[in-house]
Amino acid sequence: MKTDELIALLARDAGPVPTGVGERRFAAALVLGILAALAWVQAAFGLRADLPLLMTTADFWQKVAMPLAVAVTGLVVVFRLGHPGARVRGWWLGVWLPVSLLWIWAAAVLWMAEPAARMPLVLGTTWRSCVFNVTATALPIGIALLWALRGLAPTRPTLTGAAAGWLAGAVGACVYSLHCPEMAAPFVAVWYVLGMGLSAALGALAGRHWLRW
Amino acid sequence: MTRIDPVIATEHELHELFLAGLDGDAAAYRHFLERLGALLRGYFRRRLQQLPDEVEDLVQDTLMAVHAQRQTYRRGEPLTAWVHAVARYKLVDLWRRRARQEALNDPLDEDLAVFATADHEAGDTRRDLGRLLERLPTSQRLPILHTKLEGLSVEETARLTGMSESAVKVGVHRGLKALARLWKDMT
Repeated sequence: MKTDELIALLARDAGPVPTGVGERRFAAALVLGILAALAWVQAAFGLRADLPLLMTTADFWQKVAMPLAVAVTGLVVVFRLGHPGARVRGWWLGVWLPVSLLWIWAAAVLWMAEPAARMPLVLGTTWRSCVFNVTATALPIGIALLWALRGLAPTRPTLTGAAAGWLAGAVGACVYSLHCPEMAAPFVAVWYVLGMGLSAALGALAGRHWLRW
Repeated sequence: MTRIDPVIATEHELHELFLAGLDGDAAAYRHFLERLGALLRGYFRRRLQQLPDEVEDLVQDTLMAVHAQRQTYRRGEPLTAWVHAVARYKLVDLWRRRARQEALNDPLDEDLAVFATADHEAGDTRRDLGRLLERLPTSQRLPILHTKLEGLSVEETARLTGMSESAVKVGVHRGLKALARLWKDMT
């Protein structure tokens, strides 16, 4: 085919193009993903009975501070990665800085604790299931985000998939914390981060295969 | 008098044409695609000196991608960055594809391929729009043929084919999507 013919064909298809497609897809993906994750946590584990009271305590907000911060900045990062030529720049900081701060805080908590209390602080009572539960809660959110990205044009599919998985892991961790009985920073610093990392790895794999265009 | 940077001047001009196209101005959009096609040809030719046969295919691929992904362009952002990212993605995609092909190909076949290459017109590519169209169902092929290639109106096409006007519109819409898919499969 001649390039002129192709251009003529494409030019006839010039139509009013809707604006804000990316914003709408991301909003829809987040709402649906979070609702599905909430339904899953409620059905599989049940929300904490003391939730209304818990949400007024500083402990709870200190625990979700890391995933919440990663979720907010990760959303900007993933949104930009979905648009060709958009630069992420300083927003990358939000992807790893909250985790680094949490690690420093967790190390300080461990350092100040009695030697005998250190292992329980890290392992809690649910360490065996925590990683899997965080990743499973992130799954519907991750799938919804990949759907949103498929309607955009990420030029780095693997990286975008990994970032979307990390973001889904952070949002999933926030949702899972409505069930999770653990409150110690070292526990969150190890198992929550591993769960988010697993989610990011799955995202990278999925991105490689599903985000090509 | 201030000197105007040619790149910035091009950015301004293309940006205006592209935005007009996004708002539905077909003439401006066509002008934009023509200008962009020429720029892309130069860009790819410099980067594919070993593969001159791939240049025109890649220009068309990228124009198709620019068209299909134009909703991901955000109006405040520089157009150059967006177009460049799309073009580079298509270029990297081609390299990756060729690396895979070469890994799979028998070196003997590769030797013979030198003599097997037929001549083809410059500026023409291996994809034949006619043959691609034949693979679409009639309900999509006819609307595209009449409205897009022959330039008839939706109403005229509906009368000619006996389809309803909305069926013609749906046929064009779905047909173009299917064409883009077929197009991708051929690369």
